[in-house]
Amino acid sequence: MEFFFQLLINGLSIGFLYALAALGFVMIFKSSSVLNFAHGELMAIGAFVFLVLSTWAKLPIWLAFLITLAGSFSLGFIIERFFLRPLIGEALIEVIMLTVGLAIMFKGLMLFIFGGDIHSYVDFLPQTLTFHWGAIEVPGVYVATFIVGLIFLGLFGFFFKYSSQGIYMRSVADNQPAAMALGVHVRRVFAMSWAIAALVCAMSGIVLGIINGINVHEVSAVGLKVFPVVILGGLDSIGGAILGGLIIGLLETFTGGYISTSLREIIPYIVLILILMIKPYGLFGLVEIERV
Amino acid sequence: MRKLQFHPCGNFNETYEQELTIFETDYGRLSMLIGLILLFAVVPFISSAYLLYVINIIGIYAIAAIGLNLLIGYTGQISLGHGAFFGVGAYSAAILATKAGFPFLIAVPLAGVITAIVGMFFGLPSARLKHLYLCIATLASQFILEYVFVQWEGLTGGAAGISIPSGSLFGIDLGSDRNFYYVIFICFAVMTWMAVNLIRTRYGRAFIAIRDNDQAAEGMGIPIFQYKLLSFAISSFYAGFAGALFAYYMISITPEPFNLWLSIEYIAMIIIGGLGSIPGSVFGTIFIITLNEILSLATELLMNVGASTGIAITIAPLREFVYGLAIILFIIFEPKGLAEVWRIVRSSFRLWPFSY
Repeated sequence: MEFFFQLLINGLSIGFLYALAALGFVMIFKSSSVLNFAHGELMAIGAFVFLVLSTWAKLPIWLAFLITLAGSFSLGFIIERFFLRPLIGEALIEVIMLTVGLAIMFKGLMLFIFGGDIHSYVDFLPQTLTFHWGAIEVPGVYVATFIVGLIFLGLFGFFFKYSSQGIYMRSVADNQPAAMALGVHVRRVFAMSWAIAALVCAMSGIVLGIINGINVHEVSAVGLKVFPVVILGGLDSIGGAILGGLIIGLLETFTGGYISTSLREIIPYIVLILILMIKPYGLFGLVEIERV
Repeated sequence: MRKLQFHPCGNFNETYEQELTIFETDYGRLSMLIGLILLFAVVPFISSAYLLYVINIIGIYAIAAIGLNLLIGYTGQISLGHGAFFGVGAYSAAILATKAGFPFLIAVPLAGVITAIVGMFFGLPSARLKHLYLCIATLASQFILEYVFVQWEGLTGGAAGISIPSGSLFGIDLGSDRNFYYVIFICFAVMTWMAVNLIRTRYGRAFIAIRDNDQAAEGMGIPIFQYKLLSFAISSFYAGFAGALFAYYMISITPEPFNLWLSIEYIAMIIIGGLGSIPGSVFGTIFIITLNEILSLATELLMNVGASTGIAITIAPLREFVYGLAIILFIIFEPKGLAEVWRIVRSSFRLWPFSY
């Protein structure tokens, strides 16, 4: 039973991480319907910038965190302005391949600068965060992840619900021509959604780095795990991304714990194929109906 | 003898037959003949061993790239699992050759057929899915097939892989690069000829109709699901055939080369070459393989120049960087690929000095 609870907690925290990563992905897809293959690499960039600032330059943690977020925000802007904007209206495969090209480019650059080793942050989390419940122990990083994640989810909820920028973004996602006709600056919304998505990526990259240490290959593999998560939840649903993340995280840890560790890596993709066959638009995705 | 036809200054097709011709002029026929003579009688005798190896690899990859272009460029179904299908072909050929003892002549086409069946199975989601969703489904098939290659040790030999005896065809040993060169490029010529002609048949026209507008295609009575599956099957057949040649050429295979990176490389080839263009697939393959070789040569050179090997190891990832950059630049500045560049160069020569 103890083993079960330990798996449950591990699964939930990994799932939470996936959910956080999927959030940025859904945001880009919702507003500009771009399938971002460079997601894991954006996460890695955030994690590495934080590494440089906090561990190598020894800045205070809060300052390093803020600078990283600001940097990723501008990186998102730059990516949208120089790479994605020329492709508005082009075929889907070209946009997909462009993000693949970005992914390869960023990955090569990071391997060049930081190498393929595992780096880790200085230990800055207070020990008191570790949570005990009977014989079950929840490590401090998981508690911190959970708290930080909840704060940001709350902030995003607030942003989308009440701020004018958030409302513009929702309107573009809902109906782009109508939003345009009502005077929403659609291009700025695209830029904004890439910037926010890059910010979310950086955050989930940092959290992943705190839990596992940062390794370029591993972080970009997590970037690909985002696909099963968002398909399960529905490509354009933020709530679905969170639920999907938790389900996939639990599924992975339980498969790893009870069946076999080698199946663990592949089970999300098997689930993905099954979902696509049974319920292609996921749990909460928008169903597109086409008739001839 | 009739007069040789040259290109007219414009597009003067009056019948459907004219629209469908492969060679608009005798000049095209002549240059293809010269190209074939160069390919079979000159290139293998003047190339160094290393160059011959690179050309062989280009030939094998070009067959698979043509297959992928039939699927993505002509039918409009995006597949991110082509590298894994290539691997299925390689493994089928290896298993048929070692466990069942089939000769080269049967093992290679049979490997293509097996891959076509596997490809059709993973094409099944295309019944309900389009665009992005299909793209993700084929991404999953890539990971699942990779897992099978590594984990099904009884059949695939796991991470250690399989080694294959070098094939022989009509009593000729295929162990040498030059003998294998002829096998590869005869297959390449036949497969290209089949692909070019497939596009002119009712099947090819149905593929193009599905790509351009699947609802309209269905409205005009094309059973789109069957044609999509057919397209997956043909494309996988090409991949499997090329994979089987690859297995025989490499003599031993491991799961490692058939990863997501290979699938991405294939898509890069057809995008850089030009979607919906058979010559484009070949140009793209030449471009990517040459780029790969140049980049690895450059890395090697830097490794020799740098006094400590530490520099060289950090420089190696720059190869990926250049690769990614090449893809991005092509997509932004020449989305129609090298085939379009080739067309522009040709027509500016043809129309000189009065190009319009």
